[in-house]
Amino acid sequence: MNYLEKLQNVSVLGAAGKMGSGILLLTAVEMADQSLLPENKDKHFVLNAIDISSEALEGLMKYLKTQVTKIAEKKTILLRKLYADRRDLIENFDIIEEYVFDVLSIVRPSTNMEVAYNSNIIFEAIKEDPALKVKIFTQIKNNNKNNPWFFTNTSSIPITNLDRDAELDGKVIGFHFYNPPAVQKLVELIKSENTLPEVEEFAYKYAKNLRKKVVPSNDFAGFIGNGHFMRDALHGISEVQNLCDDNSLAKSIYMVNKVSQEFLVRPMGIFQLVDYVGIDVCHYIMSVMNPYLEKENLHSKLLDAMLNAGIKGGQYSSGAQKDGFLKYEKGRPVAIYDLDLNKYVEISEYKEEADKQLGKLPDSYVPWKATLRMRNKNEVFEKYFADLGQMDTLGAKIAKKYNAKSNEIGKQLVANNVAANQQDVNTVMLTGFFHAYGPINEYLK
Amino acid sequence: MKLRKKVYMTAGYNTISLGTGRKEFHPKKQRPGLEHYIKEAGVAVLEQIGGAKNVDEGVISNFIAARFNKQANLAGFMPYIDEGLKYKPAVRVEGACGSGGMALTTSIKSILSDTADVVLALGVEVQNTYKAIYGADILAQAGWQKKRKDGHAYFFPGQFSDRAGAYYEAYGEDYARKGMAKWFALMIENARLCETAQEFHNKTPNLVDFHLANKPNGRFFVDNLNVFDCSKVSDGASAIAVVSEEGLAKIGVAKKDAVEIISFAQVEDDITKDPENILELSTIKEAVRQALTDAEITVDDIGTIETHDCFTIAGILGVEAIGLAEAGKGAGFVADGNTARDGKIPMNTTGGLVGWGHPTGATGIHQAVTIWEQLTGKAGAAQITLNANKPYGLTVNMGGDDKTVAVIVYKKG
Repeated sequence: MNYLEKLQNVSVLGAAGKMGSGILLLTAVEMADQSLLPENKDKHFVLNAIDISSEALEGLMKYLKTQVTKIAEKKTILLRKLYADRRDLIENFDIIEEYVFDVLSIVRPSTNMEVAYNSNIIFEAIKEDPALKVKIFTQIKNNNKNNPWFFTNTSSIPITNLDRDAELDGKVIGFHFYNPPAVQKLVELIKSENTLPEVEEFAYKYAKNLRKKVVPSNDFAGFIGNGHFMRDALHGISEVQNLCDDNSLAKSIYMVNKVSQEFLVRPMGIFQLVDYVGIDVCHYIMSVMNPYLEKENLHSKLLDAMLNAGIKGGQYSSGAQKDGFLKYEKGRPVAIYDLDLNKYVEISEYKEEADKQLGKLPDSYVPWKATLRMRNKNEVFEKYFADLGQMDTLGAKIAKKYNAKSNEIGKQLVANNVAANQQDVNTVMLTGFFHAYGPINEYLK
Repeated sequence: MKLRKKVYMTAGYNTISLGTGRKEFHPKKQRPGLEHYIKEAGVAVLEQIGGAKNVDEGVISNFIAARFNKQANLAGFMPYIDEGLKYKPAVRVEGACGSGGMALTTSIKSILSDTADVVLALGVEVQNTYKAIYGADILAQAGWQKKRKDGHAYFFPGQFSDRAGAYYEAYGEDYARKGMAKWFALMIENARLCETAQEFHNKTPNLVDFHLANKPNGRFFVDNLNVFDCSKVSDGASAIAVVSEEGLAKIGVAKKDAVEIISFAQVEDDITKDPENILELSTIKEAVRQALTDAEITVDDIGTIETHDCFTIAGILGVEAIGLAEAGKGAGFVADGNTARDGKIPMNTTGGLVGWGHPTGATGIHQAVTIWEQLTGKAGAAQITLNANKPYGLTVNMGGDDKTVAVIVYKKG
């Protein structure tokens, strides 16, 4: 495998989407950086940005310009060296402008998939629809004489199935970025049963050049990240159902969301996370995973009902959060949707009572954000969970059960051979989900 | 230069130095522009000197508003301060970061030439209009443009990083870094006593250790300096009245509330040449020599000094160039606390460029205002106790890498 040769013509499918645009940005920058090396000056790089929406591609180009400028501003010291022989580029202003131009010049936006017929690498970040993916892979494979390799960003569909159904003969690999790809350090790498070693080799080199942390996952629907998240979310929903007997739905959601964020010291509560990813997306991922699971039923009537009520969560193109289980004002939750009442109910109406029912946090509680930079993080969590373990409040009880469940899900991923080891599960949750500690822990033993 | 008649400075004023460190600063929030700072500082001086009617001439110093703010012809902002300045003479002077000192020497020369009795000297710079990586380009114009291409992305930090590197090699890195860390710590501590200082809100404990823990890293910045070795990116203005003896009477200010200018030296070195001795600020050394000779005093007669610490290493090299310590001994002199506010020779008593801030075109005037405040007992919380046997003050203002220098000797009026 010649890395550079392969990299010279790449297509990104779904390039204007949330994941696609990040993948396109990182790939364009990698190609430009390679092209600027003295030994590569004679090489020509092409990156096709393919999307069905012409309007979205226009937005993509603006996004690229802004993001590449920021990247260039951060590495101007290096760029001055790369452009040392360009005597006409004197100031940082000149160099940054030239770099942005050079990166954008590699990108060819197009609504025609035919341009992918000349590519060596096809990066796919389209809708999570197995049939659609297979159809497109087949079409490109049949028309492309370069024997292209397919990199799919699926977060849930088994790669072996895509490989088999599209007859790709092992020229495919799961390369699962986390959202947003430009920021998140984690990539889950998933081989099909037949993935060729040279495809894997390229994937590792590419990930390394993008400064991503690779965690290999075995080829089970949902892989490690969604394998944990979807089950973790369903546990949260089941806890809501338990509380619902004595409390309103909105209040119950508030309580579980609070426990999963504060008592478990996570970046956001489980319902906020579902909103962030999108209720529709979570629902869809479960439906994609479900047929591949024999003993389990990943399904939630609550999610069905929310979607029936037309509430989807997710984000606006600006990155702002759309309303889902929670209603947001300036990014902060202010109300919670109550399906029984068909409306959002202000959190202030039940907050005081709910907080009282849950009880106080242990005195040793440290908010999630504050723990991130702590060198003695482990000690802090040992103390915190030891204190939590002693408590008998409703909040502490739900939290302990939640932590045990999260632990169990993690271990199950290893037992089922989805993850190679416990460390990989924890790495995915720490880097892909920004947890402050891994789900497989001994804090409450 | 020896003065053929008495010249005084009085009625000084500083706006805040706005930029990172100040609570009111947010890079994405809209900030006041040049006009705001010019007016605030100008009006504040006019109020102390009986209004615009008493002003004969204006001198405005600014480095490079043409790029930071897309604004030239700054003399035209003098009448904007007060209608009473309309149709009066005004001039803008530029000598990079030494512009402020140039405004002062230009004002002094107007008094000496008998063409004015009261000159309003005002310096201004508004630099937070660009991110640091672009600001570095703009500030690089204080050097020779033909050297820009091969210079560092952060051009001036690169220049002084080279000086620091040479100093490390000659005298030992740990020794030098300790002196630089102490310089930083003293500047922050002094700035905490001055409400207008950019580091006034700084609460970092154990400043020396904090500084030493931040090792220079050339991958992200320059090889031999960390960001705490650097002065601030600042918006601000400073102004002061430069007056003759008659002028003092006209504006109704008593001599005790003014400082007398004893001598000054404004000197230039060839901008196209590299330093002859990278371990020395030779132009500052020469300017100080001239000014002290003309004042007929020695460095031992000076009670407080404001020196141009655009970088901590420039503070250390300044100590040596002024003659407070021999070559290579400056870092130790500072590390031992000699330049502290209660030390042998208090320096930069409101924080200097590292602590108070560095609105480039205003800095030279800010230095004069600080000396005026200290010598006349108007420095408030930052007031130092002056030794009666050392009645003189000194300012050293530098433009570029030791190219444009103004040194002024003051004494209480």
